Amino acid sequence: MLARPGLPSFDYIRASTAQEVVRLLKEHGEGARLMMGGTDLLVRMRQGDVRPKIVVDVKHLPGMSEILYEEGAGLTIGAAATMNQVAKHPAVRAHYPLLAEAANSVASYQVRNRATVGGNLCNASPCADTTPAILALEGRLVLYGPNGERELPAKEFFLGPGQTALQPGEFLTAMRFPQLPSGSAGKYLKLGRSKAGDLSLVGVAIFGFPDETTSSGYRFRIVLGSVAPVVLRALEAEQVLASQPPGDETFALAAQRAMEAATPIDDVRGSAVYQKAMVRTLTLRGLRDVWEQLAGRKE
Amino acid sequence: MTAHSITVTVNGKREYLTIPSHMTLLRMLREKLGLTGTKNGCEAGECGACTVLVDGEPVNSCMMLAVEADNREVTTIEGMTDDEGGLTRLQQAFAEHNAVQCGFCTPGMLASARALLDRNPHPSEGEIREALVGNLCRCTGYLRIIKAVQAAAEKGEA
Ligand SMILES: Cc1cc2nc3c(=O)[nH]c(=O)nc-3n(C[C@H](O)[C@H](O)[C@H](O)COP(=O)(O)OP(=O)(O)OC[C@H]3O[C@@H](n4cnc5c(N)ncnc54)[C@H](O)[C@@H]3O)c2cc1C
Repeated sequence: MLARPGLPSFDYIRASTAQEVVRLLKEHGEGARLMMGGTDLLVRMRQGDVRPKIVVDVKHLPGMSEILYEEGAGLTIGAAATMNQVAKHPAVRAHYPLLAEAANSVASYQVRNRATVGGNLCNASPCADTTPAILALEGRLVLYGPNGERELPAKEFFLGPGQTALQPGEFLTAMRFPQLPSGSAGKYLKLGRSKAGDLSLVGVAIFGFPDETTSSGYRFRIVLGSVAPVVLRALEAEQVLASQPPGDETFALAAQRAMEAATPIDDVRGSAVYQKAMVRTLTLRGLRDVWEQLAGRKE
Repeated sequence: MTAHSITVTVNGKREYLTIPSHMTLLRMLREKLGLTGTKNGCEAGECGACTVLVDGEPVNSCMMLAVEADNREVTTIEGMTDDEGGLTRLQQAFAEHNAVQCGFCTPGMLASARALLDRNPHPSEGEIREALVGNLCRCTGYLRIIKAVQAAAEKGEA
């Protein structure tokens, strides 16, 4: 790869309050871009995709990088917490290992020192590696804007590739996760062109837990990344798992349903046919893994 | 265009610099301070040739703005020495195992490897490979580099 031209010029502003961010966004509109780790933004600026006049660094706002866990209340992660902070945090590892696994699957160690989970969400790429886990754990997003704070289920945030439900003047401040059902288990499987360090070609997050209200006695959530314009929940596959007794036959059927839900397109990193087949393979693998964890936990 | 006055400690020395918003840490090191040991490879966070330590943690200096380094401590290859200013055990191991051919990736490799040994003094081969995933080498080959890191870890000091 040839060295690229330097960054185009802009004014950098380090914001210190949420109100200041809203004011700058209102004042400059499209001319302002927010930045946390910059690992998406700076790449896009170098490519000339976006040309902001001002870049507003929001990672130093109070609480923006904090990770707080409280038994019962659940987990709150500041939007600017880095992938490494999340992946290494003892409470995340103990209570939300699926999230730690997903954060750890992103890029390289040095990129994970800068890349944030919030930036991953706001970039709204269908192949963002933390999105499947966040949807599987039914996370909620905390947004701050001209009318103050509001909370949105993460699944309502993603409208299309690069498109989010953020209103003008609004930005992401945190992600919240409920206390997880006891005895739950999860797994994130990522297929890239190499074992680590590459964008995902297919990402599958699986989360399962005992649930007396289903006829199978379990509930699973299956979320697929990189195989549709937005990260996708495989609801029909989930339905199979809620209604039929867990085991290889059920898992194979659910994996088939997950594959049918995927609508990937051919691209330079893999064909649509291949990606679909890999959705089935990874879903099956993930279900077996989660089931093993669940069964082990029951004893 | 805003100019920023920053104070940054580079290799133990305090620097007072005036830099424009759009200057990356990489360009600041190379062009403002003449520390050309840090290499500019892809300028996209892929190759890791520009990896330096910021407050002891490896980052791609092409993906960080210089203004963000205000009040931080940066260590480049020029500052990675033992107490007497000589080679560290890790660097010696790179030399002994021929883990350097053209040398372009070496400063970044050493930054990542040193940070690995600081957080995990006895890494497995898998952990070494994983820690160096963001550092591409196009000529030496990775085996010698991995061997060198293993050897340094066995000697018990980065
Ligand atoms: C070499 C390389 C490898 C990568 N590999 C992966 C990978 O394997 N998996 C993966 O998922 N991603 C990968 N990425 C993409 C990127 O690293 C991630 O998406 C990262 O999490 C983005 O976070 P950030 O803090 O750097 O975001 P930034 O670049 O700071 O911001 C991302 C976007 O969100 C906007 N924004 C920033 N903060 C806010 C806010 N608080 N509210 C609203 N909008 C905001 C920005 O304007 C920008 O459009 C890779 C990137 C690089 C350079």
